[in-house]
Amino acid sequence: MTSGVRRSLRATAVQITAVVVGLALGGLSLAAIGVSPYDGISSLLEAAFGSELALTQTALKAVPLALTGLAVAVCMRMRLWNIGAEGQFHAGAIGATWAALAFPTGSTLVLVPLMVVAAMAAGAAWALIAAVPRALWGVNEIITTLLLNYVAILGVAYLVTGPWRSAAGLNFPVTDVFGPGARLPALGGGLLHVGVLFPLVAAAVLLVLLQRSRWGFTVRMIGASPQAARVAGMSTARSVVGIMLIAGALAGVAGMVEVSMSFGRLRQGISPGYGYMAILIAALAGARILGTLAISFLFAGFVVGGFALQALGVPQSFVLLLQGLILFSALAGTALTRRPRMLGRPPGRRGPAHVAKEEPSTP
Amino acid sequence: MDGAPVSAEQPLVALRGIVKEFSGVRANDGVDFELRAGEVHALLGENGAGKTTLMNVLAGLARPDAGTVEIRGDDTAVRSPRAAIDRGIGMVHQHFRLVDRFTVAENVTLGWHAPKALLRRRPLEREIARLSELYRMPVQAGRPVWQLSVGEQQRVEILKNLYRGAQVLILDEPTAVLTPQESLALVDSLRRMAAEGRGIVFISHKLDEVMAVADRITVLRRGRNVATVATSDTTQGELARMMIGHDLPQAAAPDDRQAGAGVLRLDAVEADDDRGLPALRGVDLEVRAGEIVGLAGVAGNGQLALAEVVVGLRPLSGGRVLFEDRDVSGWSIARRIGAGIGYCPEDRLRHGVAPTLSIAENLIAKSYRRRPVSGRLLLDRRGARRAAAELAERFDIRGADLDAPVASLSGGNVQKVLLAREISADPRLLIAAQSTRGLDVHAAEATRRLLLEQRNAGRAVLLISEDLDELVRMSDRIAVIYEGRIMGTFPAHEADEEEIGLLMAGRRP
Ligand SMILES: Nc1ncnc2c1ncn2[C@@H]1O[C@H](COP(=O)(O)OP(=O)(O)OP(=O)(O)O)[C@@H](O)[C@H]1O
Ligand SMILES: [Mg+2]
Repeated sequence: MTSGVRRSLRATAVQITAVVVGLALGGLSLAAIGVSPYDGISSLLEAAFGSELALTQTALKAVPLALTGLAVAVCMRMRLWNIGAEGQFHAGAIGATWAALAFPTGSTLVLVPLMVVAAMAAGAAWALIAAVPRALWGVNEIITTLLLNYVAILGVAYLVTGPWRSAAGLNFPVTDVFGPGARLPALGGGLLHVGVLFPLVAAAVLLVLLQRSRWGFTVRMIGASPQAARVAGMSTARSVVGIMLIAGALAGVAGMVEVSMSFGRLRQGISPGYGYMAILIAALAGARILGTLAISFLFAGFVVGGFALQALGVPQSFVLLLQGLILFSALAGTALTRRPRMLGRPPGRRGPAHVAKEEPSTP
Repeated sequence: MDGAPVSAEQPLVALRGIVKEFSGVRANDGVDFELRAGEVHALLGENGAGKTTLMNVLAGLARPDAGTVEIRGDDTAVRSPRAAIDRGIGMVHQHFRLVDRFTVAENVTLGWHAPKALLRRRPLEREIARLSELYRMPVQAGRPVWQLSVGEQQRVEILKNLYRGAQVLILDEPTAVLTPQESLALVDSLRRMAAEGRGIVFISHKLDEVMAVADRITVLRRGRNVATVATSDTTQGELARMMIGHDLPQAAAPDDRQAGAGVLRLDAVEADDDRGLPALRGVDLEVRAGEIVGLAGVAGNGQLALAEVVVGLRPLSGGRVLFEDRDVSGWSIARRIGAGIGYCPEDRLRHGVAPTLSIAENLIAKSYRRRPVSGRLLLDRRGARRAAAELAERFDIRGADLDAPVASLSGGNVQKVLLAREISADPRLLIAAQSTRGLDVHAAEATRRLLLEQRNAGRAVLLISEDLDELVRMSDRIAVIYEGRIMGTFPAHEADEEEIGLLMAGRRP
């Protein structure tokens, strides 16, 4: 355990250095287009983390990122690439919308749980479509989950232009606005709502499931060595289906939060690509649960702060470039922490470089 | 070496006093070897005798720690494969080194520029056709390699070397991948090459072939020369004895104990390997309670498949596996584990343990479903820890703490983790594959002791090993496997090195 702690301390230090380097690089490139690096960076950070309002906005933005991020991360734990969080997100949005439209009650207590359950079921069902062929016949989940994204997005388009199109929507492709019971209860006096608790609850449940449960143990074993797990009599098929169902449900809840709070109805373009950013987030976090939460918060900060930069006259494309630079540095930092050799030790035979990837383990 | 100095003409190749050490293992320990023009010279020896290593030295793939390589009287060191090729030495490895996407012709010229001539396709293909005609080795120059059969790929490898002007051709277990017909054809081609004055080194475990193709035979054992003999002056029996060498060790005291009831029975079992070729061709075998059955055989004759069909990792294509009189052929792996089948696989770090998980986690990887490791839903952390600590203590697993990844342990301790896990599950049958391979003397001894304890406790043990001494020393009975068939089964104290050697080489004495 002590070696694990030392390892993660060192990893954190490297990560922080990497982010600082990334910020420096970003500053330099700002200077190159004639914006004071100090102003640029500080307004970005200010807008993202500098005030209560900024933090609130960042936290809200982090919710869909964290939930979809977890959906990708749990799959990575078993060496599955869930490229389909985007589709599962849309499926969840459809499920939640169905509940909101079918039971237009004003009671939050009834409708919100209903929407959450419907969203989880829809997201999980969407993931199941890819999980079953993967479990039974080894069909590559990268391709199936990716393709299912387009189907789900088009499914939303079909519903909002067809059966669910609002009569009151001036012919826009949107559903009716949900009733008051479909909104998540507020948290405190401001903009915060209970949705920000969802990722925290999800993370806690996942941690217990993975680290403490019998089933989680098989998942970790399969992730660490599919062959050894098979010899030990563990069923990969069952775990693949289980983990994909969980992933789908998580991404589905993200869809629910967005239609409930950001839009109040279902329409097209409800996601700027959360499910894809999620892949980056999970990879940066090394598929760790708490790491995924932390990185999605940072990520959300960059998204929110990016708007402030645009206000300074920095073109949007340049904002993207800046985000890219910082992320790239962070990614490099992650890579470094996984390959201790790159931090100065001479190249040797393949050592336990892959060991550092695992979370410090607790039986 | 009796032949060396007597030879009138200068040998094509003379290796003298070759020493090659790999992290403490002396693969070659002062080996002499001589190849004359016009001969096929077979290299014989058990697995690990040092045959491949010796030839790698000649082909410039390994630098000897001591000794000289003399090629046509010139003893300049061979520093690289390229230098070896330039001096007329070509080697065909057991695993081909061809580029799948390239055509036969492209592979033949790959990385090679014929002196002077620009590379043109026509003359190249004509040359390939000529060589292929001359040595009766049909290939289609224009086909990409991935479309070819294994036998044809091997012919491409040989032609590649001939095209590059190899005067010495080394073939490392070339017939291991061939059908009997292909082997016959290869032998014929090799004789033709030798007749032209080339020298051929032929490595094989199959005595029939060696007798058929070789002019002389050099036998190695544990990195040393045993003898070099003319084929006409020897017999298969003598060769088998020379390979295994010294008399076999004393077998365990012949039966004062009584073996119990049959635990495992294989009944005409057939199975395919990963490439879909038959790996087991009708295996009958019984292992009884309280006995160790040793499975002897040259590596790759179906041992792995046999273990895997019993454990449930490989489907049967025929026959039945009976465990305690129940047909378990269709059972899942988990169900067989539950019924009492334990398995320590050969590839410990890939199939045995999950290297990145902790020692403790690996120790409980089979018992996690039950008390005390598991509570109703969640793992009982304290129970798991206690169980793991107990096992570490009982099996003397030495290494950092239980939370360190298994990969950080030495080979011997990884093996102990595996044995501890399997034995603590209280199996009625334990299959141990190559359990002492790669272990130091102490760890190997500890492992053997554990296995003997299992037998004495009344368990059935199937021991798979390439170390014949070990098999004879530990087993009650020995079964010899060759090309997926059991060639014979007999009590270990009746084991006779010539008989075993012949059976392992595919001959019924
Ligand atoms: N690259 C290597 N690193 C470490 N040990 C090695 C290496 N190559 C060979 N050895 C060891 O040297 C010894 C001789 O190996 P070698 O491959 O020469 O045997 P062989 O006679 O060709 O056996 P086989 O019939 O199984 O092919 C073995 O103990 C082997 O484990
Ligand atoms: Mg060899």
